[in-house]
Amino acid sequence: MKNFGFSSIKPRVIDYDKNNRTVLDYIMEHEPSFALCIGCGGCAATCSAARFTDMSLRKINILLKRGENDEVRRLINKCMLCGKCTLVCPRGVNTRNVIFLTQQAFKKLDNYAV
Amino acid sequence: MQFDPFVIPFNIGLYFIILYCVATCIVWFRDLSRTDKLRLQRGFFGRPFVWSIREIFMESLIHRKIIRINPVLGYMHMSLAFGWFLLIVLGTIEADIFGDSHLNPPYKAIFFRFFNPDHGAEGFARAYSFIMDLILAFILSGLMIAIIKRFWSRIVGMKKTTRLKTLDKIALTSLWLIFPSRLLAESLTCGAAGSGSFLTGSLGSFFAGFLPASQMAYPFWWLYSVSLAVFFILLPRTRYMHIPSELFLIFLRNSGVRTGDQHGSYTEAQVYSCSSCGICIDKCQLSSSAGINNIQSAYFVKGLKRNDDVYDISLNCLMCGRCETACPVGIELGALRMIQRRAGKAPEDMKMIWTGYMRERNQQISDKANNYIKAYKYLTSEIIDTSPDVLYFAGCMTHLIPGIASSMEKIFETAGVNYRFMDKDGSVCCGRPLMLAGKDREARELIQHNTSTIWSSGAKMLVTSCPICLRVFNESYHLDVEVLHHTQFISRMIGEERLDLKFLNQTVVYHDPCELGRGSGIYDEPRKVLYHIAKYQKTAFERENAPCCGGSLGNIRLDSRKKTIIASDALDDLTSSSPDYLITSCPLCKKTYGKVRKPDTPEILDIAEIVVRAISDSSRPEKLNNKKHQEEVIYLETK
Repeated sequence: MKNFGFSSIKPRVIDYDKNNRTVLDYIMEHEPSFALCIGCGGCAATCSAARFTDMSLRKINILLKRGENDEVRRLINKCMLCGKCTLVCPRGVNTRNVIFLTQQAFKKLDNYAV
Repeated sequence: MQFDPFVIPFNIGLYFIILYCVATCIVWFRDLSRTDKLRLQRGFFGRPFVWSIREIFMESLIHRKIIRINPVLGYMHMSLAFGWFLLIVLGTIEADIFGDSHLNPPYKAIFFRFFNPDHGAEGFARAYSFIMDLILAFILSGLMIAIIKRFWSRIVGMKKTTRLKTLDKIALTSLWLIFPSRLLAESLTCGAAGSGSFLTGSLGSFFAGFLPASQMAYPFWWLYSVSLAVFFILLPRTRYMHIPSELFLIFLRNSGVRTGDQHGSYTEAQVYSCSSCGICIDKCQLSSSAGINNIQSAYFVKGLKRNDDVYDISLNCLMCGRCETACPVGIELGALRMIQRRAGKAPEDMKMIWTGYMRERNQQISDKANNYIKAYKYLTSEIIDTSPDVLYFAGCMTHLIPGIASSMEKIFETAGVNYRFMDKDGSVCCGRPLMLAGKDREARELIQHNTSTIWSSGAKMLVTSCPICLRVFNESYHLDVEVLHHTQFISRMIGEERLDLKFLNQTVVYHDPCELGRGSGIYDEPRKVLYHIAKYQKTAFERENAPCCGGSLGNIRLDSRKKTIIASDALDDLTSSSPDYLITSCPLCKKTYGKVRKPDTPEILDIAEIVVRAISDSSRPEKLNNKKHQEEVIYLETK
């Protein structure tokens, strides 16, 4: 069937029952300040790694909250932990620890220990 | 043969602890690396041995460093250590001279009075027992301070004292009992025999007046012997193990052994040498400002000793190094924490560190290293081909304060330096933040990337504005270029008269950033620069004593609320003399202080920024004109 140069976008549903939110729970337990995030994107704007890649903590934040961990796993190790995002955060989220804990959580997931 | 059953407990304790110490030393020596073993052998027949004896006398007996920090606390430690040492040495001599035989077993010296109750009636013996009484009084005075410190620590100038566990409490009680029971036992024996000097003699005759002294003395001799035995037997499992370990540690250190990047004999000796004196607790800003009271170095080392999981404690630390500079034993606390961060969270079945120094754990780490996948593949190599003389690396934090980078550019231009701004478009991190998070392999990738960029430029000098970067450039990069912090660079430019600076008629105070001061030992250069351009005002927090701004990247766990408290406390302390400017030389410190700055606190400037103000003449008249203009406007409006 010809589609005359158009493509249809697949319907996308964020299914909270199927998505795995253990990583988010782990972060929330150890760094409760993550709940304060308003998604302003200051962290993403200042990020050292964003100059080279599509790393964005704002995106990671949304993905984590949705439980879409595969994309987070792809992005999270690109961080250099330089800590600029923590300094610019207007809400005082300890973003450096959020990233550190996310990396830890994935390691634990790999070892089936969360 | 003079013997009584009550000496048995003492003998068991004494021979147990001697055998234990010898065995521990052998195990520690066996587990040293080959080079360290050679160092130790060379040290034993050379100068280090002599230095060690001197240091042991000055630090382990006299406790010179503690006296310098806190005289009362120092006196307490000195009286117990030096007093006990004198009591043993002079007691042995006494038993040898006045006893019935020479070369006695050790218990003869300790319980000399029991076996020779009539000793010290006249002549030289009388003078000698006077000296022995004097030493006992010296020790008891120290013990009194120790008891006061335990219950009312503020009286001896300590804000906090270490918390103890059950075994420590038993050992402490037995230690506290040793000397009073000796005093009572000797006094009662002397009272019955009518001998003794000013302390034991007079107390003895006082007791003998209304008590059956000769019968009562015997239980106290038992108490004395048992408390000594309990103390000796508990020694290996309590903090008092620091007494024998410290001797070994001092010798190791003087022979040139240093903390590596893994656990080993040397870290083990350091851990056991910690006496939990609590000086680090008072120095820690997390304790004094943020009210966190379980992560200080004394507790961290105690956790290591007890084989607890100290990973979270090791992460919750500013790594400012204040405890390390204050530590009277000279334990490399920062390095110990870094080892723990690298090792990661301990698995449940971790072995006792003193049987295997986490060898299994280290094996796991090296296994992981072999399956390591590169994290920063996205970094493409950059080549700088303009061949500058000086390469300027601003660092991540400087990019948050662009004023510092632009000031540095202005300084370079004024001094006529052929420079190149390496990370003008945003930097690749230096790697130290990753190292501080215990991720050395990831850091190594960044280090390789930056190293190749620096080498490609062919520059002879690398100048950085960030002390965090400076430290890692010096410690972990293998560069053949000279690495300078911008304070050092500016000071050198002033020395070469390439910067023409005028004197600003303003007062400044200086804050030593942790990584620049305690971390890299750079204290003089920034001061030299400031003396040149402004009125330098001294604070109570100069050099090693400088506070941490609280924004340190060393602490991953600390939340922003507590960071704010630490920063505002430090800022209040530094600006209590209300100077015109607070000068620092770390962009991170400036940012952190800037966040908590109140309207009435003085302006916070980086040293490069104030130097630029001293160069330029153009900006200031403009400001004056503005003010004049405003005044005119106000004048016209009021008319």
